[in-house]
Amino acid sequence: MDRWVQSACVLCSNGCGCDIAVKDGRMVGVRGRAEDIVNHGRLGPKGLFGSWQAHRTDRLTQPLIRRHGVLVETDWDTAMSEVVHRSQELLAEFGSSSHGFYTSGQLFLEEYYTLGVIGKAGIGTPHMDGNTRLCTATAAAALKESFGSDGQPACHTDIDLCDALFLFGHNMAATQTVMWARVLDRLAGPDRPRVVVVDPRRTPVAESADVHLAPLPGTNQALMNGLVRAVIEHGWVDHDYVHRHTLGFDELKSTVEPYTPEHVAEICRVSPVDLLRAAEIFGTSQRVLSTVLQGFYQSHQATAASCQVNNLHLIRGLIGRPGSGVLQMNGQPTAQNTRETGANGDLPGFRNWDNEQHVQELARLWKVDPLTIPHWAPPTHAMQIWRYAEQGSIKFLWISATNPAVSLPELSRIRAILSKKDLFVVAQDGFPTETTELADVVLPAALWGEKQGTFTNLSRVVHLSEQAVEPPGEARSDLDIFLDYASRMGFRDRDGDPLIKWKDAEGAFDAWRECSRGRPCDYTELTYEKLRGGSGIAWGPERLYADGHFPTAADYCEDYGHDLLTGAQTTPTEYKAQRPDGRAFLKAAEYLPPHEQANATYPFLCTTGRSVYHFHTRTKTGRSPELRRAAPEPWVEMSPEDAAELGFGDGDVVLVESERGSVKVPVRIGRCRGGVVFLPFHYGYWDVEHDGHERAANELTLTEWDPVSKQPLFKLSAVRIRRA
Amino acid sequence: MHLATYLGLLHGSLRTLAGAFREVAKGHGEEPDVASTCQVLAKRLDGQVEKLGPIVERYGEHRESEPERLHAAEFEQTRSGGVGLLRDLQDLYALASFTDITWTVVGQAAQGLRDKELLDVVSSCEKDTARQLAWLKTRMKQSAPQALIASRE
Repeated sequence: MDRWVQSACVLCSNGCGCDIAVKDGRMVGVRGRAEDIVNHGRLGPKGLFGSWQAHRTDRLTQPLIRRHGVLVETDWDTAMSEVVHRSQELLAEFGSSSHGFYTSGQLFLEEYYTLGVIGKAGIGTPHMDGNTRLCTATAAAALKESFGSDGQPACHTDIDLCDALFLFGHNMAATQTVMWARVLDRLAGPDRPRVVVVDPRRTPVAESADVHLAPLPGTNQALMNGLVRAVIEHGWVDHDYVHRHTLGFDELKSTVEPYTPEHVAEICRVSPVDLLRAAEIFGTSQRVLSTVLQGFYQSHQATAASCQVNNLHLIRGLIGRPGSGVLQMNGQPTAQNTRETGANGDLPGFRNWDNEQHVQELARLWKVDPLTIPHWAPPTHAMQIWRYAEQGSIKFLWISATNPAVSLPELSRIRAILSKKDLFVVAQDGFPTETTELADVVLPAALWGEKQGTFTNLSRVVHLSEQAVEPPGEARSDLDIFLDYASRMGFRDRDGDPLIKWKDAEGAFDAWRECSRGRPCDYTELTYEKLRGGSGIAWGPERLYADGHFPTAADYCEDYGHDLLTGAQTTPTEYKAQRPDGRAFLKAAEYLPPHEQANATYPFLCTTGRSVYHFHTRTKTGRSPELRRAAPEPWVEMSPEDAAELGFGDGDVVLVESERGSVKVPVRIGRCRGGVVFLPFHYGYWDVEHDGHERAANELTLTEWDPVSKQPLFKLSAVRIRRA
Repeated sequence: MHLATYLGLLHGSLRTLAGAFREVAKGHGEEPDVASTCQVLAKRLDGQVEKLGPIVERYGEHRESEPERLHAAEFEQTRSGGVGLLRDLQDLYALASFTDITWTVVGQAAQGLRDKELLDVVSSCEKDTARQLAWLKTRMKQSAPQALIASRE
C-alpha cells in the first residue's frame, strides 16, 4: 500500500467517511474513518467490497457510436461532435423542449450543478430529472409540503439519544447497514429505545421491534391517519407548540376523525391493539426519532403518508431537539445534491420556480435573461420526460450514471422508448449496462476514486472525495464531459463570456457556494480546505428547526405546496393568504384505495425492494466477487402459508406474472405477510447469456406515480404465481 | 321559487361532470396521472350528488325547458395526442366552472333561506370544486408548452 486517499462511500445514502488504499496506481482497499461523525469508522458490506473492486473489470474505456445499428469504438472528438451536432440541429428546428436530461443519484455535487446550469441557462429546458425521482422524490416533497423547503431536520446523533425509534417503510438493516449498526448499539445497550416498525414484511428490523405493523401494501395513509387520530384522541398533543408553530390543526383533526382503530384495522389488516400501542409509544415517549423510506415513498399516497410522519412530530412538538426529529431518508448516496443543485429539475438552492424573485436571482447570478430559465410550470418529472420521449416531442435524451432500462417501471415500454429511431440517446457510464446497449452515443465516465468532488449524505453531512487513481483508458470525469459539451455548444452569458466559468471541481464547488448563499442549504461556510482531514461537515446547524421556525415565509420557501390528493398546486396568492410566516403546515388527506388491487386473476400484491448485498442495478456490486456470491440470483419471497397453499417449496422455480410482464425466479419462503410477495429489483441481464428479461422485477411494475412527488409506485403490482 | 330550477341544473351538471371525468380517464389511459386523478374526482362528484339528494327531495327539481348547452355525451369521443389532451382538459375546465358557479348561486339562495342543511352541503362541496379546477389548471399549465411548441403530431 502506497497511500490512503480521503473519500466517502457512494453505495448508500448514509455516506460513510472512508479512505481509499492505493498501491501502484490502483485502488486496493478501503477503511472507515474513525473520526467521521456519520460512521465512526464503520463500513458496510457494499462499502467494503463493492466500492473499489469493480473498477478494474469490464469498464467502458473508449467512446462508442452507433453506426449501421451497431455500437462501435470511436474517439472523443467524433463522439462529442456527433452529440453537439444533433443537439444544435434539434435546438434550431424544435427548440429547447426537444432536449431532456436524465441523471443519477451517483454523481458529485459539482457535476450536478454544472449539468443544472447547462440545462436551465444554456439550453433552457424544463425536462431535467433523474433516477432520484425513483428513490428520494417523496422525501423532498414531504419536507417541502410540511416545512416549506427541503432539508433534513434530524441528524445521526439522534439515533444515540432517542427513547423511541419509528421506522416507516424502512428496512434499515438492508438499505443502510452502518446506520443500522448504530441502532443495534442502542438495542443491545442500556436504556434501550422502544422500536416501532411499519413494513408488510417481517424484516430483521421488524423482528427487533416492540410493535410491528404490517399493513397491506397501498394502505399506509389509512394507517398514518389512524396513528395521528389516536395521538390526538388520547391528549398527547403539545397544544402550545401546535398553536405557535403550525397551521392546519383543525383540518387535520377532522380529516383523521373517521380513522378509528377498528376502521384502520379493517383497511390495513393490522391489529387495532397494536395500532394503539404504537400510538402510545409515540405519544408518551420524550424523544422520538422517525425514519421514512421506500415502503412509503414508492407506494400509494406516498407524499400524503410521509407528511403524516412529519405531522406526528409537529403535533407533539418533537422536532429539532436532541433525540427528536424526522429523517425523511434518501435512497442514493448523492441524491441530496441533485435536489440542492437542481439537476433533478428543481431550481438550485431550494429556490421556488413559482417565485419570480428567485428566478431573477438566478438570472443575475448566471448573467442570463430570466426568460431563458424555464419556470412557467413545475420542472418536468422523470415519468413525464419518458412519456414525451415516447410521444416523440423529446428527441434528445442524455442519460448519466444510471440504468433506466432496469430501474424504471414497466421495462418493455422503456426498452421500446430507448430503441426509438427518432430519439437520440446519449448514455454516460463507467460500465456497459442494459441502457448503454440501447444508446446512440456512449461516453465512458470516470468513477468514484478516479475524480474529485463532494457529496452530501442523508443528514446533510458533506464529504470531499479526492481522486485516488487515474481513470482507465480514455474515460473522463462526468464534470469534464459536461464542461466539454458546454464549451463545444458555445453557451454564453449576457456579456458574451462563457456561461460556465469554471474548469475543475473546486471551481464548480465555489460557484455553487455562491449560488447557495442566503438559501436554506447555504454552503458558503464550506471549502475544500475545511473538508480535508477530520470528519465530514453538515451544512446548517446540527438539527434544523430547533427554534420551531420553519422556512415557510412566502418570499423564502421552496414551494407553495399542493393538494395531497390530486397534486393541484397552491397558487402564490392562496399561499400568501395563509400567512405561514415560519409556521409549519399540518397537511391532511383522507385515504383513497389504490387503483391496482389484488383480484381473481392476479390474487397477490407484489412489492419490490433491496438486498443488503446489492446497490441499484448491480452495476458495481454485481462485479464484486464477495457480493455476487452473497446474492447471485433474483428470487421471489412469500409467506409459508401462501407457499403451502400453492404447493411450492423453497427453491421451486415459478413464474410471477402481472398484466405487464413476468419474471421466472426461485421461491424463497420467508418474511412476507399473507397475500404479499416480494421481488428484489436489482437484477437485470448484463451478466447472463440470453436476453434475461425474466430476471428484472420491473418487468412487472406499473406506470403510475404519486400525485405530488411523482415517484412511481414500485410497491404495488397485482400478480399471479404459477410453477414454471 | 326558482331554487328548484337551479337545483335541477346543479344536480344534472354534477352528474354530467362526473361522467365527463370518467370518459377522459378512459380515453387518456396512457397518461396514468390524468386517468387516476379523473377517477378520483369523478368518485368525489358522486359523493356530491349523494349529498344533494335530500335537498332535492325537499325542494324538488325542475328541468329547464331551454335547450341544454352542456352534454357529457360529447366526452365519449376523447381526443388524442398532446393537444388533444389539452383540449379535453379544457372542456372539463369549462364544465367544472359551470358547476362551480352553480354551487355559488345555490349557496346564495341557501343563505337567503337560512337553510342550514343546504349551507352545510354547499360548504362541504366547495373544497372539492376548487380542487377540480386547481388540478385541471395545474395539469394544463404543465402540458401546454410541450403540446403547443415541441409536439409535431
